[in-house]
Amino acid sequence: MAKADRLIAMALMAISVYFMIHASALPIGWNGMTGGPGGGAFPFWLSLIMFVSAGGILVRSLRSNVKYSETFFDTDTFKSVVFVVIALLVTVWLITWAGAYVALPLFLIWYLRFFGKHGWTLTVILTVCTPIFLFFFFEVTLKILLPKGLTEPFFVPLYAMFF
Amino acid sequence: MTYTFMRHFSLAAAASAAFALATPAAAQDWEPQKPVEMVIMAGQGGGADRLARLFQSIIQKENLSNMPILPVNKGGGSGAEALRYLMDKEGDNHVIMATLNSYYTTPLRTDIGVDIEEFTPIARMALDTFVLWVNADSDIETLDDYVAAVKESGGTWKMGGTGTGQEDSLVTAMLEEEFDVSVTYVPFSGGGDVAKNLVGGHIDSSVNNPSEALGFYQAGNLRPIAAFTPDRIEALPDTPTMGELGHDLVYWMQRSFVAPKDMAPEAVAYYTAMFEQLNASEEWQTYTQEKALMAEFLTGEDLQAYFVEERGKHAELLNTMGEATN
Amino acid sequence: MELLGHLADGFATSLSVTNLMIVLIGVTAGLFIGAMPGLGSVNGVAIVLPITFIVPPSSAIILLAAIYYGAMYGGAISSILLGIPGASTAVATTFDGRPMAQQGKAGLALIAAAVASFVGGTISVVLFTLFAAPLADVALAFGPPEEFALVLLAFTTFVGLGGDDVLKTIIMICLGLVLSTVGLDLISGQPRLIFFDQPGFYSGVSFLVLAIGVYGIGEILHTIETSKSAPAVTPAKLTFKELWLGLKEMNKLWRTMTFGSLIGFFVGMLPAAGATPAALMAYGLSKLMSKKPDSFGKGNIEGVVAPETANNAASTGSLLPMLTLGIPGSPTTALLLGGMVMWGLVPGPLLFIEQPDFVWGLISSLYTANFAAVIVNIALIPVFVWALRMPFTVLCAMVIVLCIVGGYAPNQKMHDVWLIVGFGVGGYVLRKADYPMAPLVLALVLGPLMEKSFRQTLIAEQGNVMAFVERPLSATFIAISAVFFLLPLLKHLHRFSRRKTAANESPAD
Repeated sequence: MAKADRLIAMALMAISVYFMIHASALPIGWNGMTGGPGGGAFPFWLSLIMFVSAGGILVRSLRSNVKYSETFFDTDTFKSVVFVVIALLVTVWLITWAGAYVALPLFLIWYLRFFGKHGWTLTVILTVCTPIFLFFFFEVTLKILLPKGLTEPFFVPLYAMFF
Repeated sequence: MTYTFMRHFSLAAAASAAFALATPAAAQDWEPQKPVEMVIMAGQGGGADRLARLFQSIIQKENLSNMPILPVNKGGGSGAEALRYLMDKEGDNHVIMATLNSYYTTPLRTDIGVDIEEFTPIARMALDTFVLWVNADSDIETLDDYVAAVKESGGTWKMGGTGTGQEDSLVTAMLEEEFDVSVTYVPFSGGGDVAKNLVGGHIDSSVNNPSEALGFYQAGNLRPIAAFTPDRIEALPDTPTMGELGHDLVYWMQRSFVAPKDMAPEAVAYYTAMFEQLNASEEWQTYTQEKALMAEFLTGEDLQAYFVEERGKHAELLNTMGEATN
Repeated sequence: MELLGHLADGFATSLSVTNLMIVLIGVTAGLFIGAMPGLGSVNGVAIVLPITFIVPPSSAIILLAAIYYGAMYGGAISSILLGIPGASTAVATTFDGRPMAQQGKAGLALIAAAVASFVGGTISVVLFTLFAAPLADVALAFGPPEEFALVLLAFTTFVGLGGDDVLKTIIMICLGLVLSTVGLDLISGQPRLIFFDQPGFYSGVSFLVLAIGVYGIGEILHTIETSKSAPAVTPAKLTFKELWLGLKEMNKLWRTMTFGSLIGFFVGMLPAAGATPAALMAYGLSKLMSKKPDSFGKGNIEGVVAPETANNAASTGSLLPMLTLGIPGSPTTALLLGGMVMWGLVPGPLLFIEQPDFVWGLISSLYTANFAAVIVNIALIPVFVWALRMPFTVLCAMVIVLCIVGGYAPNQKMHDVWLIVGFGVGGYVLRKADYPMAPLVLALVLGPLMEKSFRQTLIAEQGNVMAFVERPLSATFIAISAVFFLLPLLKHLHRFSRRKTAANESPAD
């Protein structure tokens, strides 16, 4: 637990340094002539406060003598979290080139059948109904086109039918 | 219960009936196969956005396109996001973009790797005008009063406008240059916001488009001093132009549509025809009159030449402005 | 009275059979659109706006009002059931609505939200009817310094929220504020914090992306870890008896509701502010005034009622600057404004004089829509509650799909979807380490307004910091902020000294 706390604090410190580098591309000082802080001032000084606070947490954690018995991640359930995150990343990546109507059903099949261990009946029903619902709700009704990637040509007749 | 705008509706209905006959739908050899994305170079709610959505409504109402036109706002970075997006859409026949003057100024001010000459021009729909406004409670009646008041303030005169580097700040820079004065430029997020702050007395003057300030003018809250146009604006017949007062100051906001690089010529022809019909529509003609817009329609090579010329002018303007502020 | 005559005319129109049908359809559609994470009243109004040019104008206004109100009610549904605010206006509703749902009181929370929305809508419509014209002047009196002071006030009503670790709260506020500066610096016109040169960052980090990431994906990862097989929420049941008890419970909360409506209306009326700060302030203030402030954030019904009355009151309030000044206070009102232009109306100071039919027609439509929304909403509550009884793994899969699609929909950028996954994982890890999420989201919502008004004031006043306290309105707000800032500290000291005495009396504890 303490180790995780320190790691997170250090990561936040690194992020704030990264923010500061970006922010300092614009003036960060007080410019009397144009009246007040420059364009980089807000992000820069706030990142600095963030850096100092995260540093405070790090110091506090190093100083404290409290022994944490609890581990930060429960190894068993943590595995399922990692699986879901990987599945999410793969799904989003798949959307960009195969489109939402391929990626999302595949995700549902994986999640319901293999991760959630539901029967095939439920899996198939949901996997078929969800894209149909998405198409009619988002594309036909709300006129918000979802990404289609390579599958775009297959939708041309559908567009002609519903628009 | 009779709404006054019922009248507008019946007018519009008559117009659409006339168009149903005139639309040469069969003459097209290309038609969009999927909904057309209309990228807007500005955020939701601004003048550019409202105008683009007005175009979309007219297109839909008059049935000028067989597929819906879907507006998408990409206003990030003064349109930098939209320009980069359009660059990535090379050869796409289903994207058009509604532009404003940030079409030239944004690539000039920051290096985003976009050359606007590569894009395909479609149509210029209108030129929006600029007018110098003050609060109606102030003593300023003429341009001379105005210049005297600004000089007297010694640089603390508060001129409100849209974001730095955008049109209002360029017009302000032109004013500063012409009258050899300096003002404090306060940027706001939109023209409506500027007008409201001028009425509320939080700033001293603005260079709002008439469409943003006309309501307040009619209610007697704002006073126009001079127009940045070659001829007087129809909606403000008593306001002299800068030219009449002996100052050669003219500035326009262009409202045009462009398409990605290498759009198929048939598709370009389709959209050009669509906007031509839009330009002739009753609603658009009424709107331009009411809002003091100049509906100067321009297409093809002429439009590209116009863009290039304007880009040159803006490069110069930005240069002088850079000298003034740095 | 002429005014009442106009209003009566308006009601006569809106209560015809056709129009009542339109209201019911509009409200139901709005409810579902609003309940979808990522979609809100903007999307609802955007789809029906083109239709309104075809149907008769009186029906058009009613349809718009119905969708608008339906979506405002719907926002609370996803906040309560899924813990994902559908729109920024419903953020504050998640703070107590979500815990209530987890305790199996989803039905009660939904009833509370519906009734509160109704009360907020009603009070604000009455205020609008009576004081529309003079209130426009109040909106005009708000310049940049007043805006800054108001945002500061909204912030300070939240100080000490939940009694979290102070350092961690500061980090989250700063992180939110820094993220809010991503994109374009309005004042200098320069892009800033464009990470990895991704053009997607030019438009900044949108609130919805962060909220869906942190509250949607983050929450799901958290629940997967803590209870892989156990249900996420206690299954909720809803019977008529419970519904009746819920309504009776609401009867005790008049003070909170009136207060929330007033704050909502007045804050919502200011063009720069709108419904989000209004809801947050109402939440913060009712917590400050409560006798049991510690129960907030743990499923206190007042924590649902206050922001819900406020955001609905604010949505009426935000019509005021749109109609009288022609300034849209929110993207939704901006769309409505565009619609009015298409109908040939000129919003502005003269609208009330020249087009009273339209104005009062709109008001009465709003009222009819509000009434219909509460009925449809309560009738549908059992359906929504039933959705919670799905097996957890099914619900999870559906919510993930909705998060992805809902995150993509507002701006139609895959960039946003990647950010959602990133924020989800980041939020999950930070929450595990006890970093509070509410200040992060709050800072992202209020940050841009705060920085902009702060710098506008300083530019206009040539860098004079005293400008904020020299103007009466902003000085008042800053003084109240100071009181709010110190209040939790005083309370804390008071409690601390009491605990000390208590500890001395019973050392064994």
